[in-house]
Amino acid sequence: MTSSYWEQLRGLLKGMMFKHMPYMISCVEFEDFISSYFEGSLPRAQLRIFELHLKICKECREYLRAYEETIAVGKIVFNDPDAPLPDDVPEDLVKAILDARTK
Amino acid sequence: MNDRAAPASARAKPGMDAGDEEDLVARLRAGDAAASEALVRSNIAYLLKVAQPILRDRALAEDAVQEAFISAFRNIESFEGRSSIRSWLRRITINMALMKLRSMRRRDERSIDDLLPDFDQNQCRIEAPWTRIATPEEIVEDADTRAWVRARIEELPENYRVVLIMRDYDDMTTREVAELLEISEQAVRVRLHRARSALKKLIEPLLRGEEP
Repeated sequence: MTSSYWEQLRGLLKGMMFKHMPYMISCVEFEDFISSYFEGSLPRAQLRIFELHLKICKECREYLRAYEETIAVGKIVFNDPDAPLPDDVPEDLVKAILDARTK
Repeated sequence: MNDRAAPASARAKPGMDAGDEEDLVARLRAGDAAASEALVRSNIAYLLKVAQPILRDRALAEDAVQEAFISAFRNIESFEGRSSIRSWLRRITINMALMKLRSMRRRDERSIDDLLPDFDQNQCRIEAPWTRIATPEEIVEDADTRAWVRARIEELPENYRVVLIMRDYDDMTTREVAELLEISEQAVRVRLHRARSALKKLIEPLLRGEEP
């Protein structure tokens, strides 16, 4: 039997567990909670369900870690002092603004 | 235009204290030309950095900043001092940039759908196994890589990119973004999540420690 067969079987069992066991949510439902989770606005009951899924689902755990790293990388890059936009003052723009101010 | 509380680091000029700022505002209200020039010079580069990633175009960003300053000068009487003047200018600039975006014909953009997570028929996530995840510090060490990531952020469709920038990088609250974009807070959360997911997919080679 190929690894693909076992993967399919594993997926099927995991899907059934998420669907039928109490306090379980599917990965699709878990996805809907992520933004509120990071915002800290998930109600306590939903937070428990979210964390339970996270404990059980390796894929979502890894996904969430990479997702969190993506947020951190974006923040650093976005505030990068070496970004191509020059920090020097564009004189023509300053003049245009001050001219418009006096009109 | 409302102004909100902001840290001292975001004052009209970094290092300026509240007293200096009150004085500057009083001079602006009195029509002092030197004060106007000081305000422009100390904030223009910062505001271009705010507008450019939203508009993805230097000339348009300059237009937005120019219009923001003109609006600020006209409305200086309504500045209540509840935030720093730099935060107030930033808010006006974002507004101007968003107005420009709305008035422009949208450029050809890739669909966000191709960049969202994949699930199988059992609603289970399809995620290639991670043997390692590079730390953000490792990833951003190199200037070329930082530029590459910036380009990926700019590649995101406008509706998502704007929310990502305002919410994650500009540290605005969900409510503030919702008010500015005139959408619900839930819509902000959905767009933010999609933008982060899409960016994750775009920069995944880097996160996996591979060459992009």
